[in-house]
Amino acid sequence: MSLPLTTVGSSLFLDETQKAKKYLMSLVSEGVSQAVSTGLYKSLFLARRSEEYIVKHYPENQMRSPMHMSMGQEFVSVGVCSALEGKGDIFASYRSHAAFLAQTHDTDRFFAELYGRMSGTGEGKGGSMHLAAPDSGHLLSSGVVATQIPVAIGAAFANARLRTGRTAVAFFGDGATDAGVFWESVNAASLFRLPVMFVCEDNGYAVDTPRAARQTFESLTEAVRPFGCDVYEDDSGDVESVYLLARRAAETARSKRRPAFLNIKCCRFLEHVGTGEDWHWGYRDKEATVRDWIARDAVITQRRRLLALGVAEQEIVALEGEVESIVRRSVERAVAAAIPGPERLYAGVFHAKA
Amino acid sequence: MRKLDYSGAIREAMSQEMERDERVFVYGIGVPTFSKIFGTTNGLQEKFGPERCFDTPISEDAMTGFGLGAAIRGLRPIHVHIRVDFMLLATNQLVNMVSNYIYSTGGKLSVPLVVRAVIGRGWGQGAQHSKSLFSNFTHIPGLKVIAPTTPADAKGMLTAAIRDDNPVICFEHRWLYWAEEDVPEEPYETPLGVGRILRPGKDVTIVGLSWMNVEARLAADILARRGVSVEIVDPRTLVPLDEKLIVESVARTGRCVIADCDWVNSGFSAELSALVNEKCFGRLKTPVRRIGFAHTPCPTVRELENEFYPNAKTIVRNVEEMLGLEPANLDSEDFFSHERRFRGPF
Repeated sequence: MSLPLTTVGSSLFLDETQKAKKYLMSLVSEGVSQAVSTGLYKSLFLARRSEEYIVKHYPENQMRSPMHMSMGQEFVSVGVCSALEGKGDIFASYRSHAAFLAQTHDTDRFFAELYGRMSGTGEGKGGSMHLAAPDSGHLLSSGVVATQIPVAIGAAFANARLRTGRTAVAFFGDGATDAGVFWESVNAASLFRLPVMFVCEDNGYAVDTPRAARQTFESLTEAVRPFGCDVYEDDSGDVESVYLLARRAAETARSKRRPAFLNIKCCRFLEHVGTGEDWHWGYRDKEATVRDWIARDAVITQRRRLLALGVAEQEIVALEGEVESIVRRSVERAVAAAIPGPERLYAGVFHAKA
Repeated sequence: MRKLDYSGAIREAMSQEMERDERVFVYGIGVPTFSKIFGTTNGLQEKFGPERCFDTPISEDAMTGFGLGAAIRGLRPIHVHIRVDFMLLATNQLVNMVSNYIYSTGGKLSVPLVVRAVIGRGWGQGAQHSKSLFSNFTHIPGLKVIAPTTPADAKGMLTAAIRDDNPVICFEHRWLYWAEEDVPEEPYETPLGVGRILRPGKDVTIVGLSWMNVEARLAADILARRGVSVEIVDPRTLVPLDEKLIVESVARTGRCVIADCDWVNSGFSAELSALVNEKCFGRLKTPVRRIGFAHTPCPTVRELENEFYPNAKTIVRNVEEMLGLEPANLDSEDFFSHERRFRGPF
């Protein structure tokens, strides 16, 4: 398998030439502390490592739920969730592994849910497409395209009314912008002046159908602008760029009391559903995709940035080792955890008052 | 006690709950505008302000998701649809999101969302303004479904629905809005999932849904004059259903007519019929009968509309056949007509 796996512990960029130094310095972004840069890398690496475990263990047929992998797109949700410093209310799609982990860092409940265990986010009733940790601000991910978007605007309304200080975020792919409910939600949120963030993880495809085969307007961002949103576009493929953009967008949304639309270009490395590659489908060009996206993988870029910032290689390796063991332990705990008994089938259809 | 009509009872339930609990709000297409949803939202915007009683774009899909988001984040929304037909645009949210939000989170979240849907007959409303669609929603696990018949039940059940931590769909037949009866002034809850015997009898049980209880009462009066004693059971809540009340009634009478104001095919009447057949098989003296709409789209012209909808006469004829009675001459009977508005009480 020629997966774009990160290589733990190896020296990714130790070339000391002038050119290399210049490149390294160009990675340093203004307004981002080293601690934040490190945190972003840790989140990215956590999502990537977790999904690599899924790739590795999925064939054992113990995680029996369709996997829609975030791999390659993690920098979008990591950037946005980190910018909100845990104060986001996250409404994500079926492709939400990275968003869930970026928001909660809770690999225990994550893997337990994938393995269908009582200790999972929904005691196994949700699975990969329906992850939820309401106490940590990750609301239920949804498996029907675009359905999570209007829920986010309702949460934004409640947050504003109740002055919770939280910011509702809808994550969705560009395929969701084909759906009427996306436009209904953008309109209603603009009309009601709700500080919600619409974050389009624009990987250019609805499963394997390219945007040009689905939409007539040239620019999605420009199509959204007239609604009265603040619109932003980012094609950097870089977590810190997204982080800074999301911070600015969230502040503006709150101060101007209106929605923000962020169109973040990204690339899904793996197939639409499943843990393999899909070059054999022939809908996208491998060479161009590797050149434009995989070669500048945000996870590797962030690692290089840490080196440029002067973080010692062994420090990074230690961080990676720490994440590695967190993920491994979570997988072990999940495998060993209790499977819901048959009496759980009818439990929780309705909410029982405590 | 003062008399209050059904519309006023609905309004009072919302108003008192909005007063009691700041988290409650009501919204939907046309909610604060001139029609006031048959008067049920009269004065609410004036009293509670535009943040708690407001109009929306014609975006039922998004506005249902909006209600869900508000509900899981601490508010208690009431979403109103002036026709259930329009609520079909909200089906994706109701069926794919609202109904399974609690289950998929392992019971961690509550979804205190009420969706009010106006059903029933006007005149000449045609195929797209006249549905009931009970079974479209009773079919879905995770949704509570109520259809109060009397003003007192409307107030108590809507109050209970607003206080419930689960999504509740409330069906209101528009002809019931003019029904009047004594309704307590103070707030009270009529528990969901508990049916009610509207009229005790011993020869035949009529299980009536919503408006059809009014028709059942008229039928029962006509049949009483011929010595037939009719028991009318109003389930009031369709999900969760008070099975015991229905089963016990039919076990006593041995006969059951299910009078629904909806299509019969795959309708809620089929569910009730299955229940009665499963639980009362040995007690039934005659097969269960079901009454409902003709299996056609609703026609607009009055003469065909009258054929499409069942009424008290339909019930009388069915009971006569079950009991082996000759059909009575009903020419002198005064059946309900929309032109003479019903004032109630039940």
